[in-house]
Amino acid sequence: MSATAAVNETVRKFEKLCEILDRHGRDPAKLIPILQAVQEEYRYLPEEALTYVATSLSLPPAQVYGVATFYAHFTLKPKGKYLIRLCDGTACHVRGSTGILEALRKRLDLTETRDTTPDLMFTLETVSCLGACGLAPVVVINDDVHGQMTPEKALALVDAILASEGAK
Amino acid sequence: MSGEAKGVMKEAVNLEAVAAAYEASRAAVKRRVIVCAGTGCVANGSLKVFDAFKAKIAAAGMPVVVELETEAKEGGVHVSHSGCQGFCQMGPLVTVEPDGVFYTRVRPEDVDEIVQTTIIGGQTVERLLYVDPATRQPRRGQADIPFYARQHRSVLKACGRLDPGDIREYIHAGGYAAARKAWREMTPRQVCETASKSGLRGRGGAGFPTGRKWELCLAQPGPHKYIVCNGDEGDPGAFMDRSVMEGNPHSVIESMMIAARGIGADEGYVYVRAEYPLAVKRIRQAVAAAERMGLLGADVFGTGLPLKLRVMEGAGAFVCGEETALLASVEGKRGMPRPKPPFPAQSGLWGRPTVINNVETLATLPIIFSEGPDAFRKLGTAKSPGTKTFALTGHVANTGLIEVPFGATLRQIIFDVGGGVVDDAGRPMPGGFKAVQIGGPSGGCLGEAVLDMPLDFDSLQGIGAMVGSGGLVVMNKRTCMVSMARFFMRFTQNESCGKCVPCREGTKQMLALLDDIVEGRADENTLDLLLQVAKTVQKASLCGLGKTAPNPVLSTLRHFREEVEAHVRDKRCPAGQCKALLRPVIDPEKCVGCAACARKCPVGAIAGEKKKPHRVSADLCVKCGACLAACKFGAVSMG
Repeated sequence: MSATAAVNETVRKFEKLCEILDRHGRDPAKLIPILQAVQEEYRYLPEEALTYVATSLSLPPAQVYGVATFYAHFTLKPKGKYLIRLCDGTACHVRGSTGILEALRKRLDLTETRDTTPDLMFTLETVSCLGACGLAPVVVINDDVHGQMTPEKALALVDAILASEGAK
Repeated sequence: MSGEAKGVMKEAVNLEAVAAAYEASRAAVKRRVIVCAGTGCVANGSLKVFDAFKAKIAAAGMPVVVELETEAKEGGVHVSHSGCQGFCQMGPLVTVEPDGVFYTRVRPEDVDEIVQTTIIGGQTVERLLYVDPATRQPRRGQADIPFYARQHRSVLKACGRLDPGDIREYIHAGGYAAARKAWREMTPRQVCETASKSGLRGRGGAGFPTGRKWELCLAQPGPHKYIVCNGDEGDPGAFMDRSVMEGNPHSVIESMMIAARGIGADEGYVYVRAEYPLAVKRIRQAVAAAERMGLLGADVFGTGLPLKLRVMEGAGAFVCGEETALLASVEGKRGMPRPKPPFPAQSGLWGRPTVINNVETLATLPIIFSEGPDAFRKLGTAKSPGTKTFALTGHVANTGLIEVPFGATLRQIIFDVGGGVVDDAGRPMPGGFKAVQIGGPSGGCLGEAVLDMPLDFDSLQGIGAMVGSGGLVVMNKRTCMVSMARFFMRFTQNESCGKCVPCREGTKQMLALLDDIVEGRADENTLDLLLQVAKTVQKASLCGLGKTAPNPVLSTLRHFREEVEAHVRDKRCPAGQCKALLRPVIDPEKCVGCAACARKCPVGAIAGEKKKPHRVSADLCVKCGACLAACKFGAVSMG
């Protein structure tokens, strides 16, 4: 990337940020909705975006960083194209979510600390409850809820994604 | 206070006219198809079923009516969504009115048959009815199904019938009349008194009297006060608030209007958990619809008083269910609790008097204000009046959302409504009941001994548990209670905000001690130490999260002591779940006495006569698993 292109890229980035900040009236009390919108845009919270938000809202960067790291929903690392959220709430847990987690980790070669595949295709997380306990165990891929899962069914979902991605 | 003198009040939204207009458009359509669009049914494909209905009805030559307000046509069929009907595992659920036929597990390919047989022919499609597993008889309507018939649905009544996106239908069903009464006919003091008289207690967990909270807030001076709806339902295994917000969002708004009148609030927030995108959407739509109709805004019901509601999405922190942490989060800060007093009712959001009520608590208000506090007290127990919704899940035949009066027993809930205990594959498991977990990470695991105790706020507290938000997870005999206690401790340890030392460090130490127990490292001091730390965390933590975090452990020690001791003393997991404690067992039925395993055993732990079943000595075994691999008859297993 040439120097001018890089500058243009940065300007474009901050344009989006300014839009989000303006939409929320640059109100420091709206920090959480602002960060949610930023994450929606970039799929994670880039460090430069956090600093920019802090400066624009006249907040210490530490405070913005503090909020961004406090809530489980925010992530400072890029996530995969497919975000797999496995519910490990009580109902899903007693109905065998652990087996599904192990099967998915094995297939995607992930661990508890390494939750995203190197090609940024998949991120695998556990969440504490999605409130779909009647369908336990539950797996959510991006926005699609899949209920009454088994390790085999979960792997079939991943394989279907891999097949469709491979075909592209 | 322009609202008190009736004479000066201006005209307000004419609810009766709205209801009459709705009635007129409803009378035009011939039939109505209600497709459940709760999270559970959507996951099962109900939106495709909805589209199939639109297509097939049109193909059959009948007008399809989705928006009743604008599209109502003579002879048309109204196809509408509903909120969660509670019977998620049987979804997608479809009801045809006025026939009252209730179909379960409807697939898009079944739709044509329903259109032809029921909508056109007026007959029932037998194969799609719910079949009662006990009698093997098909059931035609919801009222005939034991899961529904044995409940008492009042808060949940409208969820699953009303179209959550249609404010007119809510008004037609009597909605916003209670709010109008509170604003036009009652003074704030009278509103607070009605809440107090009803005996309503907070459904979010602690059971604090709602009326008293309001009165404290009303007594505070100052022109600006806030009403906050706590929809940060974080307890794993609980989803009643999600269902109410998704299925009947206008009841939440109407209730917030009643509460706002009681305390004198001019602004409010609905704080919804980020994991509930559909609830966020429906509440936002409902607030906008109420504003458009003039119910919310600068002049509520012609009193000249304003009320503005905003919706805020949480960002994933369990501790934000605690009221002071929730307020910090609304203010854009880390969601950390602070010491009380001052209570939020005295100094809350941005230092102003604030009342925070849970979704289910609020959703009970229209019932109290339309039927009166005395009628409300007729259900439930003297100190816990009314009904309570529970999310019944786990190893139980009918999982879903249920509502029963306080005072019902766990036996009635699990066996009558829930249809009994099932095994891991979902088959009935007579005598399989082991425990029920109530109240999530703040509650406890209860055993068979308390199945017949009437449930209310106080009875549960007395045995070391808690109503909490109302999650009920049933566990069968194959569940290890120590691993469950560890599961909850891992949850609270993870969710501890880290502000106060007893909770931050205490939960960590308790988790480490539980790890020792399930991994076979515990000794005779472990349990004493665990108990000591638990008592400290309970006493010294700042907020409810820490104070109740030891409950799962303490209740397990209380109700399942033997099982815990088996782990500690004998290094044995009676349920056969703790992997580190499993050791090879030889099935005497399958063992032929070939001694192949005994020859492979590196420590000589297997012995027995030739051609007779062999045994593994627990004292000598090192759990290497060589015997498992050696056996050709599948007689060795880990147990």
